[in-house]
Amino acid sequence: MASHLDTNVIPPSRQREAPRAGMTWIGQSIKRVEDPRILSGKGGYIDDVTVPGMAHAAMVTSPHAHARIVSIDTSKAKALAGVIGVYTGADLATVVDPCPSFASPPVPQHAMAIDKVRHVGEVVAAVVAEDRYIAEDAAGLVEVEWEILPANVDIEAALEATGDAVLHPDDRESNKALDESFSFGPVEEDFAAADHIIKRRLRWNRSSAQAIETCGVIAQFDPFKGGYTIHANSNFYNFIPFVIGGSLRVSPGELRIVPVLTGGSFGSKVFTHKIIILTGGLARLAGVPVKYIEDRLEHFTNSDSHGSDRLYDAELAVSKDGTFKSLRFTVLDDYGAYLQFGVGTHGNAMAQVTGPYQIGSFAMRVIAVLTNKTQQGPYRGFGSEVTNWVMERMVDATAAELGRDALELREQNMIQPDQFPYMIPTGNIYDSGNFQEVLGQAKEMFGLDAWREKAAKLRAEGRCVGIGVATCMERSVYGPTEWWSLNNRETPGFTLTSTPEGITARFDPSGKLFITLNSPMVGNSPETVVTQILAERLTVAPEDIVINYSDSQSGFNGVGPQGSRFTAMIAGACVSASIKLEERLKRFGAHMLQRRPEDVELRGGMVAVKGLKDQEKSFAEIALTSSFFRLSFPDGEEFDSGIETTAVYDHPISTDPAEDRSHLGIFYPIVGHICHIVAVEVDPGTGKVEMLDYSAVHDNGTIVNPRTLAGQVWGGTANGIGTTLSEQFCYDSEGQFTNPNFAEFAMPTANEMPRNFKLGHVETPSPYTEYGIKGGGEGGRLGAPSALTSAIEDALSNYGVRISALPVTPPILRGLIREAGQSAAG
Amino acid sequence: MKKIAVSVTVNGRQREALIAPRMLLSDFVRQELELPGTHVGCEHGVCGSCNVIVDGKAVRSCLMFAVQAEGSQITTVEGFSADGELHPIQTAFWEEHGLQCGFCTPGMLASAKELLDANPDPTDDEIREAISGNLCRCTGYEFIINAIRSAAKTLRDTENKKTLQPA
Repeated sequence: MASHLDTNVIPPSRQREAPRAGMTWIGQSIKRVEDPRILSGKGGYIDDVTVPGMAHAAMVTSPHAHARIVSIDTSKAKALAGVIGVYTGADLATVVDPCPSFASPPVPQHAMAIDKVRHVGEVVAAVVAEDRYIAEDAAGLVEVEWEILPANVDIEAALEATGDAVLHPDDRESNKALDESFSFGPVEEDFAAADHIIKRRLRWNRSSAQAIETCGVIAQFDPFKGGYTIHANSNFYNFIPFVIGGSLRVSPGELRIVPVLTGGSFGSKVFTHKIIILTGGLARLAGVPVKYIEDRLEHFTNSDSHGSDRLYDAELAVSKDGTFKSLRFTVLDDYGAYLQFGVGTHGNAMAQVTGPYQIGSFAMRVIAVLTNKTQQGPYRGFGSEVTNWVMERMVDATAAELGRDALELREQNMIQPDQFPYMIPTGNIYDSGNFQEVLGQAKEMFGLDAWREKAAKLRAEGRCVGIGVATCMERSVYGPTEWWSLNNRETPGFTLTSTPEGITARFDPSGKLFITLNSPMVGNSPETVVTQILAERLTVAPEDIVINYSDSQSGFNGVGPQGSRFTAMIAGACVSASIKLEERLKRFGAHMLQRRPEDVELRGGMVAVKGLKDQEKSFAEIALTSSFFRLSFPDGEEFDSGIETTAVYDHPISTDPAEDRSHLGIFYPIVGHICHIVAVEVDPGTGKVEMLDYSAVHDNGTIVNPRTLAGQVWGGTANGIGTTLSEQFCYDSEGQFTNPNFAEFAMPTANEMPRNFKLGHVETPSPYTEYGIKGGGEGGRLGAPSALTSAIEDALSNYGVRISALPVTPPILRGLIREAGQSAAG
Repeated sequence: MKKIAVSVTVNGRQREALIAPRMLLSDFVRQELELPGTHVGCEHGVCGSCNVIVDGKAVRSCLMFAVQAEGSQITTVEGFSADGELHPIQTAFWEEHGLQCGFCTPGMLASAKELLDANPDPTDDEIREAISGNLCRCTGYEFIINAIRSAAKTLRDTENKKTLQPA
């Protein structure tokens, strides 16, 4: 039967290193090589960097959600001793152009507002002064006259807004930034044939990553060379010069971005283009190097990294016997005031929107709504954390309406181990997996049968105890088509298809292997991972590997850690580099051993003659000889001095979206699978949720370092717990952001974490990546909200509480219990 | 602004400076003393990243003026390790993977040291309580708790060895 997917042909695998049993370094929980310098306080984060003559910036920000700037009086601020300059948006616009955007057509944004502000916290003026204290004093002396405009806070009301309530009236008549519909496969037919159509309205509220370090920049402008040197804690530093050079009015080559150790990202530091453009422009205007580090309030209100904020109307078509046939939804997304990534967060979700289930068709209408809030950016999951939750909510809803056991329903519809690679209706593939094994291990680890009995007993005693099971996908290793594939087809924008990762490797004359990475350390373990993979592939001792980072002028091809891509991508680059280094080591070594290159092999840090024990040369001897004794080798450029290479790895397996978007191509194919099972008790009097037991099993393919992966899973789960139970950005009717601080935005502390967390792993290697590695940086947050929500709903089943929105903070849960009680009584 | 002389002992070394009375202890340590290991996360006393040890107590250096520390003994993360050796608490954080991005770590180390100085054999709940004023967004805390438990054991074992040795 013809299918919309027939044209989406899966390319052959380009894997060179298959996983194998008994690897020496891959699979070991070695201690991280990054840690000693960090532990001793010598990490070198952005605020630790100083440059000679550096001044400090402080911002004047909008106290209003939506207002016209009538006038700005900077005279008092300028008169303060120690102030170098005070600049408005109009001043900044003399040296920088508007910010780049992945949305097409873009929603225009300036690094500093001109004429109008569109959210609380938007910068309207900046002070550059000798120190931050003086700069903040002066910022307090800037006087702004405002004309307040109607604020858009509600996602649905914002769509209806007219006149002064429209955010960008010069570009758009309404606050609807984009409205696109997609249909993949026979959705209409499947719904027409369905025995049951399950419908739910589901709401996912706004929060954000809030890494403990905020964003910061130190910018220097050299008017004679015409270029910038910029230290920034951006994940993207080798990628963004091309994207932001235009805004800074320099060619990408005149923009040197120097990476620093970064104090956490979870997506929030992926781009950081606005703060770079802002600080760069200030440095150019002030004529001195400028440091600007966001304070916590600015990070909350102006850092362009708010998470998803969506309203779904979802429908699942189901057969009588419980078989899932088709999924469709309309989603309104409250993007805030601008649209830096377009609806890329929805493109991301298209990678795994149908979850681990066999669902033949899918349709979506996505409407991007502009409101008077800080714009969205990435947060661990980049939109897929929401669709995972929506899918699992729909499964639970189906079970409830059909009177079926939810877990049994999941098992009935799951993709089977012999169906991989499995292409979902959107065109993405799931490369490999064994969902049944993951679920089986999770059930056993959790002791599900015993827990079910125990929960029933406790419930009979009147206690609100429940169990939730979530079976979710964890896509990893994205291709960039997710950024633009949902853009309007008439104006798709810059339709790039490359997200490479590169590495430079060099044996110095002493035999140390010096590595240069092109992506920063943001809390992941890039140096440890690279050390383990190169030690494995080249038989080098880990202590002989030394890792450094390029800057954007010396570097080549790095896109950075996001989308759980880095480990799999850098593994590819390491293998490419190893192949080239091995070839050179063998050529020089064989000559030194008076053999042919095909007669030697790598063995324990040596080039050794195959089959002979003592015929060998250490890498150090070869490196030394090849570096300093050119005359010992034959003429010819293949013996040019030294052993060095640059290698680049492109995406392991991706295809273009169909021209008509009948499918989106393969763009996020290296999939992990996760199962979280949690038991909770809810105190119906207070709405407090206590986690009694928690088990998580993740399949991230071949594991490079079990302990660092466990750290990622734990941390992601903590994020997911916060998303579910306590974290929400609150706004009043005027658009005031009422809790932008750590005291009122409640992130989990050690006391909020489950006491009995058990973690297991299944390893189903990818057939497409080197060694079968899959990404694993987001799974905790991709699974925890679904499992916890289910468990809480189960615990409150006696009350008939249905959870359709996150988070469920204690007051919200109390409200749901009260409402359910009233409707039961009424 | 009139400046005031302040004299403190930081990591065993006498330090003197003439500073504005409003300068926070966190800024003083980072900028005046050039010890950037102390990190500022929220500047409103919640996250605990800026914790340093002042006269034996872990304190929020963002909530204290430097002049209030006059005459105090201060230990920052730079004072934990000596002669190129990590402190046993730092070693335990390394071995147990008690850090990822490392930004909250100096504050965690300060809270851990305060705890273990007072209570060499804490329960897990006591460890949780001791670090409940320190936010970490990376780890989910479990490996930090493991690290502090492990450090406690190492420190006890070292102490026991000392007492068992003949005088």
